[in-house]
Amino acid sequence: MDEAEQKSGKSGNPGKSGKSDEPSRQKPKAQLDAEFSDLYRAHLRDVYSYAYYRVGNHHDAEDLTEQTFLQAYRHFERAQRESRGRPLRPWLIRIAHNLAANLYRDRARKPATPIDESTTLVAPHTTEQLVEGREELARVLSGVRRLPEDRREALIMRFALGMDNREIARALGRSDGATKVLIHRAVKQLEGIVDE
Amino acid sequence: MSEALPNFEGLLREALAPVEPPEDLALRLESTLQSITEMAADELQEWELSAMRDPRNWVRPAAALVAGGGAGVALVLLRARHRSNTSSGGFGGAREAAERTARDLGRETRKLLGDR
Repeated sequence: MDEAEQKSGKSGNPGKSGKSDEPSRQKPKAQLDAEFSDLYRAHLRDVYSYAYYRVGNHHDAEDLTEQTFLQAYRHFERAQRESRGRPLRPWLIRIAHNLAANLYRDRARKPATPIDESTTLVAPHTTEQLVEGREELARVLSGVRRLPEDRREALIMRFALGMDNREIARALGRSDGATKVLIHRAVKQLEGIVDE
Repeated sequence: MSEALPNFEGLLREALAPVEPPEDLALRLESTLQSITEMAADELQEWELSAMRDPRNWVRPAAALVAGGGAGVALVLLRARHRSNTSSGGFGGAREAAERTARDLGRETRKLLGDR
């Protein structure tokens, strides 16, 4: 979908709709709730996939997904107003990204629940079941875990969520050009790791 | 290396397949959002009612009433005085002036109250 289409709100995707093209008018609560419900249904899988690959287990991924949508609900009206019809998926993923960072930070502070990033990322998770018998895919997944955080995130967004460069740039708060370079370097580095 | 990239990207796409959320997560989330919406509506309604039961919240409406009333009286007096100054009668006696002032006050008050 190009920028003009996004602005005119011709997309059928509720999360990408142009319903927020009228920034000055306040929407009725019921309409906002209905639109949030559409957004939630359209992007639940994206947020969950991101959360899962980010934290590496279903339990935390569920918590993270829940917190992401609760936070998004609180700021939905403003996000719609400020997005001016652009897709809201990068905004959702950015919320999940910030919450995940908080999760790691909080756990690092509490010795009672010692889950640092490296522990979580090497923990076995059921994605390995998906790639059962495919040694190559398991090596790729293991390599993804060894990448620096920003490169790993960019690859998750691109390949697990199918986001384009512009969306990833918005989610990571970078320029389109920097994002393109980031993804290119991430793929190259991963190739190197897998070939080791 | 770059020729192998498309294959490698395919591999990466396969390895990072989207993960379906558990069904109970969707149900749980929907019910949480629903209850938040209901709680917000209930709270707002309750807040509006209880706010007017609290005498501390009467201060602002009362102050607005006093200020509005004061401004109205001042306006009536000002207009009445203006009329008496512009009338040609001059000093036609205290009684006549008082009657005229009373008539003017009545007229201006009716105007202000919307009886136009």
